Parts: sequence; structure tokens; C-alpha cells
Amino acid sequence: MRRYDAIKVIATCLTNEFVISCNGMISRELFTIKDQEKNFYMLGSMGLAPAIGLGVSLAKPNAKIVILAGDGNTLMSLGTLATIGKTSPKNFIFVVLDNECHESTGGQQTSSSITELHIIARSSGIKNSKYVNSVTTLKKHFVEALSSEGPSFLHVKVDNVRVDVPRVSIEPTEITKRFVNALIALPR
Amino acid sequence: MNHEHFCQLLKTRGFDFYTGVPCSILSSIIKYMSEDNVFSYVSATREDEAIGLAVGAYMAGKQPVVLMQNSGLGQSVNALTSLALLYKIPMLLLISWRGFEGKDAPEHLYMGKCMMNFLDIMKIPAEIAETTRLTEQLNQLSKKMCKQKTPVALILKKGVIT
Repeated sequence: MRRYDAIKVIATCLTNEFVISCNGMISRELFTIKDQEKNFYMLGSMGLAPAIGLGVSLAKPNAKIVILAGDGNTLMSLGTLATIGKTSPKNFIFVVLDNECHESTGGQQTSSSITELHIIARSSGIKNSKYVNSVTTLKKHFVEALSSEGPSFLHVKVDNVRVDVPRVSIEPTEITKRFVNALIALPR
Repeated sequence: MNHEHFCQLLKTRGFDFYTGVPCSILSSIIKYMSEDNVFSYVSATREDEAIGLAVGAYMAGKQPVVLMQNSGLGQSVNALTSLALLYKIPMLLLISWRGFEGKDAPEHLYMGKCMMNFLDIMKIPAEIAETTRLTEQLNQLSKKMCKQKTPVALILKKGVIT
């Protein structure tokens, strides 16, 4: 399964969720597939997407938060898995799209061919942690995660195939504004 | 100033989300915030993670405070420049000053020397806390933080907050 198709599957399942996507191709692909005010495209600060999402989820327990991160991003801040496990937010879904490399910078290998991220997540206290490697199982488990109590973690193995998509063309301060407004508009 | 008094000063200025990584200079503040449900301090694994948490909390309507040792400022540079400053996220950084005037353990001396330059070069407004002016300093920093939508820093030397 291509990562682009995995994001497409996730995007079609979204209803009222807030998405924080990591820097690099993942934000670009999400921007192309489904741009919405409820997306926060993290352009820099590699590794911090789950921390930003955790901040939103703790401050706004009635918002449902989805993190889209790569294996490089997730490996960079494994410690955040511990913070998620400890704070255990019910409204939090962490999706790792794992192509075993830093694709945005030229495909340099990461350690995720060895590191079992879903097991690290589980042992960090994220009990609902699954490994998926097909469109069908991704859809099944993502829909399940949307309707069940979190935190949830989905380790999604994807192929290392680059799809040509444009950069995120929204100014960072505009991304903040849109996201803040969408959160304000959320009914209590 | 007593830590309880200081925490109440933060609270009355609208700060309502607290996260960070400990330092012995900040220990009385963090202990108080961790034991009081009103503050519900979130313990982060690294200082840049705390800044990420603060950014998320701000976007969800909170006014965050990040507590850290000045060593953590080094850890936080990219989180500040490519996230908090880039996306214009106001937050208060409470940074302890280890290595002040070169009198400290060796690992604190370099950062102790260049910390203020770091903040200055990133254009993060900063005040070195003085017990007699603390209320006024907090007011000034809060004002800049809201007006410029930027992180601001209050620097705490040993003994200023007891």
C-alpha cells in the first residue's frame, strides 16, 4: 500500500476530527488529498506532531485528535509516547505511516525495519495499539479507533513510493488561525 | 517570593496550562503545580516536547507556561524557531539560570554564559526576575506576549522563588 493511498483511506473516514500532520511528504499529501481548516500542517519542528496533538487533546477533551506522523518523526520523539501513555487522553489517535526511511530528504534508512513501534507504544501505556499493512485492515482499525476510547496507536506499514504533490501553500500563521477558529467552532 | 504567591500571580494573569521539565531551581513551583488540580502540570520528557504541548494547548484556547532549566533552552531552539515563533504562538517560558556568573557545576557554564544571547538573537523578549519587580515584570511580559503573539521568557535565578 502506498502512503498516499493510506492517507486517502484515513481522509475518507474523517468526520469531525482534528488532524496534526508531520513535516515533509505527509503534510503535503494530506494537503493535496483533503485540505480542511481542522488540519494543522507542521512544517518544521520534526518530531513534535504528537506533542502538539497531545496539547490540543488535553486542553480540549471533546475534540478528537488524529496524528499523522512518519517513522522518522516518531523515532525522533519516542519519549512522547511515554507522555501519551501517562496522560492517557481518550480522544487521541496516533497513526504512524512507516516506510522505513526519511523519504522527504532522499530515502535514507531509519531503524523502523527493526523497531516495532506498535509494541513500544503498547509498553508505553497506549493499550489500543495495532499493526496494519493493508488498505482493508487500515480502514477497519482506523474506523474502530474513531469510535472507541483512546489513546490508540496504529502502526501502518507502507511502501516507499513517492507521489508528486505540491508543497503546503498556506502561510504558517494562517494555518494557526484556521485551526484555532475550527477549534473555537467546536460545540462544547 | 514564595512559590505559592508566584503561582497565583500566573493564574490571575490567565495562564492555565503548565508543562515542562524540572530543574532544582524550579522544584518548589513544579511541586505546587503538580499537587494542585487547578494547575494540573503535565510532565514532559524533553523541553521541545513541552513547547509542542504548549502550542497545542494554546490553539485549543489555553494560555500556556513552559518550565525548564536553561540547558533545555538548547534542546528547544528548533521548537521555538520553526514552531512557536513561525506560527506566532504566545507562551510564557520560565527558564532557570544555572551557571549564573560562572558559579556552578561545569556542565552549566557554557549555557549559563550564552543563554541571554540566545534569547536575544531569537528575538524572544526576556526579563531577569527580580523579587521586588516581579509583578510588574510579569505584566510587561504578558502584554508583549499577547500583543506580538510570541513566546516570552522570565529568567529565574536561584533563590528568587522560594
